[in-house]
Amino acid sequence: MIGIFFGIVLIKSEAASWFRIYEMFRFKSFHMYGIIGSAVGLGIIVLQIIQRYKIKSFFGSEIVIPPKDKGVTRYLVGGSIFGLGWALAGACPGPMFVLAGAGYLPILLVILASILGTYVYGAVKDKLPH
Amino acid sequence: MIELIKEPWPWYVSGPLITLVMTLLLLMEKRFGMSSNLRTLCAICGAGDKVKFFDFDWKKQQWNLIVIAGVIIGGFIGSTILSNDVAVNLEESVVQDLNAMGFEDAGEAYMPEKLFDLSVFSNGYGLFLLVLGGFLVGFGTRYAGGCTSGHAISGLSNLQLPSLIAVIGFFIGGLLMIHVLFPLLF
Repeated sequence: MIGIFFGIVLIKSEAASWFRIYEMFRFKSFHMYGIIGSAVGLGIIVLQIIQRYKIKSFFGSEIVIPPKDKGVTRYLVGGSIFGLGWALAGACPGPMFVLAGAGYLPILLVILASILGTYVYGAVKDKLPH
Repeated sequence: MIELIKEPWPWYVSGPLITLVMTLLLLMEKRFGMSSNLRTLCAICGAGDKVKFFDFDWKKQQWNLIVIAGVIIGGFIGSTILSNDVAVNLEESVVQDLNAMGFEDAGEAYMPEKLFDLSVFSNGYGLFLLVLGGFLVGFGTRYAGGCTSGHAISGLSNLQLPSLIAVIGFFIGGLLMIHVLFPLLF
C-alpha cells in the first residue's frame, strides 16, 4: 500500500518526468527544489520529534536510524556517477519503476542496465577507493 | 476534489507526502531507499554465487520489493485513472532550448518521445543512451550507497554529512551531463 501511494505521488508530482529533471539541472524552475526541499525540511522535523520523544514503531520497539558510514570519496565519486546517469536517463531508482507502471516500456531497458551497473559495482567494489 | 487530484500536484503537496512515506516506513522499522532493490534483484538472479557483495539474505529485503511492486501499480493508477493530461508544464525558455536540441515534444508530454517512445527500440543511438544512463545510475547509486530517496531525502533529513556529500556529487554529475555532455550527445 505504501508503495502504491509512493508511486502515485512520484507520477503526480512530475518528479518521474525526464523533462522535470532536465529543468532542475538547468535551475529554471523551483518545482523539483520545492519537492525535495519541503520533503527534507519536514523530514528533519519528523526525525527530531521521533528522537526527542522516543516515539515507538508500530511494533513497539524504539526507532533506530543507523548513521551513514564516514567517508568522502565514495559519496562524491559515486554520487557524481549517479548524477550523470540521473540526468541522462531522467530517472532515479524509484521513478524508473513508476514509469514502467505508467507504460513507458523503454524504461525497462534502463532498469535492466541499472541492475547490470549494480552488478558491475559489486564485482569491482574492492578495487575502488571508498 | 477528484478533478483537483487529476491535475499535476504542486510541490508543497508532493514534498510532504514523500516525507509521509518515509515516516510510515520508519514506523514499520524499515528504511526508505529504492536503489537497494537493484542489489536485491542482483542477488535473486544468483549473483551471490560469483560476487560476495550479493551474497546476503535477500529474503529480508522482500518488503522493499513489495514496495517497488506497489510503485509500479501506483505509476499505472497515477498516469491513467488519476490524470487527465500528463503534459509537463515546463518553463518557456527550457522548452525552447529542448526544441533546439531536437526534443520537439517538450512541454507537451511527460517523457520525451526521442528516448521513451517505442520507436527507440529501432534506434541504436537512443538505446545506447538509455543503457548508458541506466548503467551509470546502477553503478553510481551503489558506489555512493544510496540514491535520491536514501541520501537526498532520508539522509539529509537525518542531518548526515555523507548524504550531503553524495547530493553534492549528484549535482556535479547532473550539471556536467546537462551543461557539458548534452550539447555533444544531442
